[in-house]
Amino acid sequence: MSKKLLEVNDLKINFKTYAGIVQAVRGVSFELYEGETLAIVGESGSGKSVTSNSIMKLIPQPPGIYAGGEILFDGRDLVPLSEKEMAKVRGNDIAMIFQDPMTALNPTMRVGRQITEVILKHNKNVSNAEAKDRAIKLLDLVGIPMPEKRFRQYPHEFSGGMRQRVVIAIALAADPKLLIADEPTTALDVTIQAQILELMKDIQKKSNTSIIFITHDLGVVANVADRVAVMYAGQIVEYGTVNDIFYNPRHPYTWGLLGSMPDLKNNVKEELRTIPGSPPDLIHPPKGDAFAARNEFAMAIDYEQEPPMFKISDTHYAKTWLLHPDAPEVPIPDAVQQRIDGYLKEAEENGK
Amino acid sequence: MANKLLEVKNLKQHFGTSSNPIKAVDGITFDVFEGETLGLVGESGCGKSTTGRSIIRLYDITDGQVIFKGKDIHASKSRQELKEFNREMQMIFQDPYASLNPRMTAGEIIAEGFDIHGLYKNKKERRDHIGDLLEAVGLNREHANRYAHEFSGGQRQRIGIARALSLNPSFIIADEPISALDVSIQAQVVNLLKKLQKERNLTYLFIAHDLSMVKYISDRIAVMYRGRIVELGEADEIYNNPIHPYTKSLLSAVPLPDPLTERKRTRIQYSHEETTEEIKVHEVLPNHFVYGSDNQIKKWFK
Ligand SMILES: Nc1ncnc2c1ncn2[C@@H]1O[C@H](COP(=O)(O)OP(=O)(O)OP(=O)(O)O)[C@@H](O)[C@H]1O
Ligand SMILES: Nc1ncnc2c1ncn2[C@@H]1O[C@H](COP(=O)(O)OP(=O)(O)OP(=O)(O)O)[C@@H](O)[C@H]1O
Ligand SMILES: [Mg+2]
Ligand SMILES: [Mg+2]
Repeated sequence: MSKKLLEVNDLKINFKTYAGIVQAVRGVSFELYEGETLAIVGESGSGKSVTSNSIMKLIPQPPGIYAGGEILFDGRDLVPLSEKEMAKVRGNDIAMIFQDPMTALNPTMRVGRQITEVILKHNKNVSNAEAKDRAIKLLDLVGIPMPEKRFRQYPHEFSGGMRQRVVIAIALAADPKLLIADEPTTALDVTIQAQILELMKDIQKKSNTSIIFITHDLGVVANVADRVAVMYAGQIVEYGTVNDIFYNPRHPYTWGLLGSMPDLKNNVKEELRTIPGSPPDLIHPPKGDAFAARNEFAMAIDYEQEPPMFKISDTHYAKTWLLHPDAPEVPIPDAVQQRIDGYLKEAEENGK
Repeated sequence: MANKLLEVKNLKQHFGTSSNPIKAVDGITFDVFEGETLGLVGESGCGKSTTGRSIIRLYDITDGQVIFKGKDIHASKSRQELKEFNREMQMIFQDPYASLNPRMTAGEIIAEGFDIHGLYKNKKERRDHIGDLLEAVGLNREHANRYAHEFSGGQRQRIGIARALSLNPSFIIADEPISALDVSIQAQVVNLLKKLQKERNLTYLFIAHDLSMVKYISDRIAVMYRGRIVELGEADEIYNNPIHPYTKSLLSAVPLPDPLTERKRTRIQYSHEETTEEIKVHEVLPNHFVYGSDNQIKKWFK
């Protein structure tokens, strides 16, 4: 078994606003092993970015408050670290790729220099010429044509997709142990997206990097993830291997997410499933299960008491009262089950 | 077969200077039939938005013809005729945040077109009509007095759709209308577009780079590459039987929510081959068109 790199325990992040205290992350726990990819999915506002930013200690304080929990990286809790100590971790051990490449690039500095700076900062005994060679190799690796020429250009001379690849090259230049990618491919077209996903996987194989990948594209999740955390209203509501989540989803919110994707393969043309209603107000999170109001299978207890994480298997957990031994049997909705059956049948046929 | 609502013939839209032109759209020809959804896909920068914008006359086109209900849109027209085109053709934009003025109420945004076209002078009639439109897109009549910034992304996109419907158009160009939304809201908007299409016999040109949604919503799909349409056919046909190597490459890059397939995915790379032979559109199968030279088509279509 590989080594545990990151362990987040009962993390709580609040924001102080005029309207009141926003409980953006409400007790999140997960772990990440070396060389593993964890995908975090969930709808807009569910706390994906706040969770990942908090690992980098990028939550502005104020208004942000680390209200509880710990973030153990290589066994050391990052929460109490000073900004100076954290800056070291950020440069060396953890790197982050954001959705919008322009926020990560300096518009007035040549692209090449932005990469060599990182290389030089992290490797005290590398010469300028070596750093340049490496930077050009990285540009080539992320699929930028004519990297020697591009090395001398400014960000505005690059297309959106190319800028995102530069940001990825910069993140990789530090050779981090943990790479956090927050919607890194959402703005890109599928061809470039596929290229970048392949690249990230290649690098992961070579350097045994751990990756946290945030996205709301379930196709991308199926492609990159070893494990998946589904977030709803600041909490993880289902957690498991990628196969657990896609072939044996147990939380009704996960059913909703899976059902809202069109099913390309099985050629179903019926209406897409939608999740009715809107997410709860995180200043006054509802009593009981936060998903109850939108859950067609909600029971009386859902409005009274918050469900615990029920264990389904050694790898698979879900936070819904439907898993309580006394709860009625609620099967996965037909439309979702049908497509799972379709996928599994095809896999079996191809396996023969 | 349904009537042709729109005919695009050898449309060219070049930018830049004549010595150094950017050929954003470089000679495309296609029809859109009444009541259908034609999906337009292709990589970033291939000319999808430019095609939509040229059709709706946001640009003076470089060459070619756009014929709507039998009339050439770009040929010089009386103001009356232009107004009529503007009423019949509407566009929904990609970004629901940027495309609505946050200082206007939903009602004001939706009714903007009424004044230009001198519709609903009577206050009550006007208010009723705004309410009807809000309800048609799944919002409440009461939402008319709220400001755009008070709505969520999915709700704003609905306001954009209500605005596009306000003049009772027959043809809507939707340029990446769902890309900025999250999956469960994407599903709401797509279901809504389909429902409205049925109720109002609307025709859509649906531009997107997300092939899974495009296949789901479209009757036919046109695949664009560097300013040209390289393949066009029924949605299922394009998906199940792609001929042009670019289409194959594009399809091989779409990730599916199925980990067992994804673990085995091998992407097909596309490398563009230049040819000195004459390139034209071939109907390789009934209603399935591929753009290439005779020899290329022979090679691709085996
Ligand atoms: N600086 C802040 N002040 C107040 N509230 C905040 C702040 N940053 C985030 N929040 C709130 O925290 C919650 C979680 O936000 P977060 O950005 O993590 O969502 P997300 O899951 O990443 O969504 P998206 O998919 O839209 O990126 C939201 O309700 C958001 O409004
Ligand atoms: N007003 C303009 N002036 C100059 N060049 C333009 C203009 N509009 C578009 N272009 C160029 O034309 C080409 C096609 O652009 P277009 O916006 O149509 O692409 P697209 O297919 O919609 O891409 P995306 O998926 O990124 O939206 C690009 O090379 C673009 O830079
Ligand atoms: Mg986010
Ligand atoms: Mg566009």
